[in-house]
Amino acid sequence: MLSLKKRLIAASVTLAAALSFTGSVSAEEVNVYSARKEALIKPLLDKFSAETGIEVNLVTGDADALISRMNSEGKFSPADVLITTDVGRLVRAKQQGLTRIVVSDTLEQAIPAQLRDDENQWFSLTMRARPIMYSPERVDPEQLSTMEALTDAEWKGRICIRSSSNIYNQSMVAAMIQQTGEEDTLKWANGLVKNFARPPKGGDRDQIKAVVSGQCDIAIANTYYLAGMLNSADDSEKNIASQVKVFWPNQDDRGAHINVSGAALAKHAPNSDNAVKLLEYMVREDAQAWYAKTNHEYPVRDGVEWSETLKQFGTFKAEEIPLHRVGELNAEAVKVMDKAGWK
Amino acid sequence: MSQQFSLTIKSYLRALLDPWQGALLLLGVLLSLPVVVIFTSWIYPQSELWQHLMTTVLQDYVVNSLLLACGVGVGSLLIGTTVAYVISRYDFTGRKLFRWLTLLPLAMPAYIIAYTYTGILDFSGPVQTLLRDTFGWGYGDYTFPDIRSLTGAIIVMSLVLYPYVYMLARTAFSEQPISLVEASQTMGISKFGYLTRVSLPLARPALFTGTALAMMEALADYGTVQYFGVSTFTTGIFRTWFGLGNGIAAAQLSSLLCSFVLIVLLFEKWSRRHIKYYHQGQNHKVQKRKQLSGGWAVFVFILCLLPPLLGFIVPVIQLLYWTWLTLQQNIDVQFIELIINSFGLALSAAIIVVMLALLFSYTRRIKNSKVINSLEQAVSLGYAIPGTVIAVGVLVPLSWADNTANLISESWFDTTVGLIFSGTLFALLLAYSIRFLSVAIHNVEAGLSRITPDMDNAARSLGAPPKRVLKEIHIPLLKTSVLSAALLVFVDVLKELPATLILRPFNFNTLAVRSFELASDERLVDAATPALAIVLVGLLPVILITHAIDKTIKGKS
Repeated sequence: MLSLKKRLIAASVTLAAALSFTGSVSAEEVNVYSARKEALIKPLLDKFSAETGIEVNLVTGDADALISRMNSEGKFSPADVLITTDVGRLVRAKQQGLTRIVVSDTLEQAIPAQLRDDENQWFSLTMRARPIMYSPERVDPEQLSTMEALTDAEWKGRICIRSSSNIYNQSMVAAMIQQTGEEDTLKWANGLVKNFARPPKGGDRDQIKAVVSGQCDIAIANTYYLAGMLNSADDSEKNIASQVKVFWPNQDDRGAHINVSGAALAKHAPNSDNAVKLLEYMVREDAQAWYAKTNHEYPVRDGVEWSETLKQFGTFKAEEIPLHRVGELNAEAVKVMDKAGWK
Repeated sequence: MSQQFSLTIKSYLRALLDPWQGALLLLGVLLSLPVVVIFTSWIYPQSELWQHLMTTVLQDYVVNSLLLACGVGVGSLLIGTTVAYVISRYDFTGRKLFRWLTLLPLAMPAYIIAYTYTGILDFSGPVQTLLRDTFGWGYGDYTFPDIRSLTGAIIVMSLVLYPYVYMLARTAFSEQPISLVEASQTMGISKFGYLTRVSLPLARPALFTGTALAMMEALADYGTVQYFGVSTFTTGIFRTWFGLGNGIAAAQLSSLLCSFVLIVLLFEKWSRRHIKYYHQGQNHKVQKRKQLSGGWAVFVFILCLLPPLLGFIVPVIQLLYWTWLTLQQNIDVQFIELIINSFGLALSAAIIVVMLALLFSYTRRIKNSKVINSLEQAVSLGYAIPGTVIAVGVLVPLSWADNTANLISESWFDTTVGLIFSGTLFALLLAYSIRFLSVAIHNVEAGLSRITPDMDNAARSLGAPPKRVLKEIHIPLLKTSVLSAALLVFVDVLKELPATLILRPFNFNTLAVRSFELASDERLVDAATPALAIVLVGLLPVILITHAIDKTIKGKS
């Protein structure tokens, strides 16, 4: 028994020693906490490493979990760059004092002012649009106009949209609160829920499928999901996606809703120089083109070519609001949707 | 009351003074840290937010969580008990195959079976397309039940969780001695009466333990309910934390969920309150299986085939098809690395957790102390806490330890040691230990309860030193339970998602993480390859352990 105990102690000491080596620091590196999925960021990071010789260490995960992790790691956090897929989390990271100001002409020139923090504590890297998608067989695009009009009685039982737990819906409603006020947004949400074809379930792709299957006539979904389906390896998905069309709402007033993915420099970043190099790399034209081509997101800088699929969806007028408000209004948005019974 | 309280205090103090129990107590405290963190959240009342939750969504969370847990409990109990009883009582064509085939759904993560069945049963899936093509129907001409519902969640989760009941039930049924049947027959009890009045009640502790595990797993599930759009406590916790940005209220919701689990655990304890199911020795002859033929054999064959068919074979075929579509882009060196990472992590966690379980169970058996008893209850709660909540509960104290270590090393040696606890695999292994210790303890205790104290006493009075009692009585008799415990922890870790996502170190990925990332990005087809790999890696121990269980059962007869 004793010898077993001794062996156990010896084993755990060795284990601890082995583990602590994994935390050792090499010369040129940058540590990335990314809410962007590995498949949608790693290839770009690999290119960056190949070009600069800076090694990129990556951990992916839910944005809020990564923020909690940075928060509890505090001063000794190894994180240099935080990448998220929505502006709300960037704002939250800033509010919690986890980010710092970046001074970089490259970033300022590449990214329009409304797409970055007013103190340059975070930057948008790509944009995603959330338009209306409809079945051309059952919906005449002439009937469509604004998001507000979707609460009209003619759409009763014809609308599909995913759960209000989803960040894209939260951002969309938060943006609406910013532009039309909380009271009107609640009225709108109530009206929209009344017109749902079914209780929200599944992701954005599922809403598109539901339109094609006839469960509903219109869906609200992000463009890159539709683009992903159109370029899928599965022919049946391709076939489904080809049966819906994109409609850009609110073109005569505030524009269609967009959300962004972005990045920030960590407050305690141990490799801040390399981190800024990485941020600058990500808005370079070739990197922006990579985003546009592989995941069909809209580049933040002008003059970068869109993917063929995005070109087919057409150009549109996008909302222009101070993005940090979207992050700040996130909790209000969730409450509005709770009150409206939006599951 | 106060006297009782001071007694409790005294027994804790006494436990602290005993070095063995004291060490265990400290370990127990470390393992129940997340639970403690969660419950202390009530110090900060969030009345305004609770007002909002109560008027809007709370009722949904409570009702759906309870229905889900009870539904999955009943479903797993029915399937697991039936299959286990049939396999241990009857001989029929295919029985040997079913012994391990029925365990396979264990390797199938609930969220993956949910994805695949949605793909199969959706409007655009093969089933409905076939129906429409055959009968010439269009949308709205027919009603087809929606898999993405509470009922759907109960069904798919029962299909992958019944092995928890089956594993324990099979061992229990197989060990019932022939003398029981003989005694029942002499008392004129019918065959059905034997089943309902003798066999099932005797197996009850095992059945209830399995059911309790399945229910706890259902309560903590996030992936399936989230995908099916069912609002439960787990989805509510995430929504409150992330959507409403209120971590404290999220912790308070978690503590309510913990209380549910406590009820399940107490119910299990209560159900076996007066009973000490010690066996009258293991060398009694076990019952001979009855040979079935004709219609009954076919019926039983189908009965045993259905659960693994629906819980494993059908989803695997769908996954295989999707994998086939994307094979070239998904299999590379990185993918092999993923397999090695997942396997190694699950194996180390299984070993650590089972050792911890043995430590707790044996101390409880030897010392028979209230302190260890309550400690065991506390560490068991981890099973029902969603992985994300555990991860944060682990991060907070570990980061504190890291900060302290770094401050010390900075001021003494002018260098920092980095995040030696929270930034390494240590954090992950600790989180797994907290989350899955309950599974291991339940299995080990189920095994230990079959070794009577009389056996120990007899052996000791015959002069056998404790070491020999351990080697010649306990190890052989416990082997099955320990192996089942290790297997369950292994596959659980292999499938575990949220804690792994948050706590893993840099550049460390697992199959579950890869599969989830792709699936949550709604790339089901791409997610199939890693999902299939999880299932295949999980199969290896399932097969090995079924073999071991069979050997022990055979060895006895």
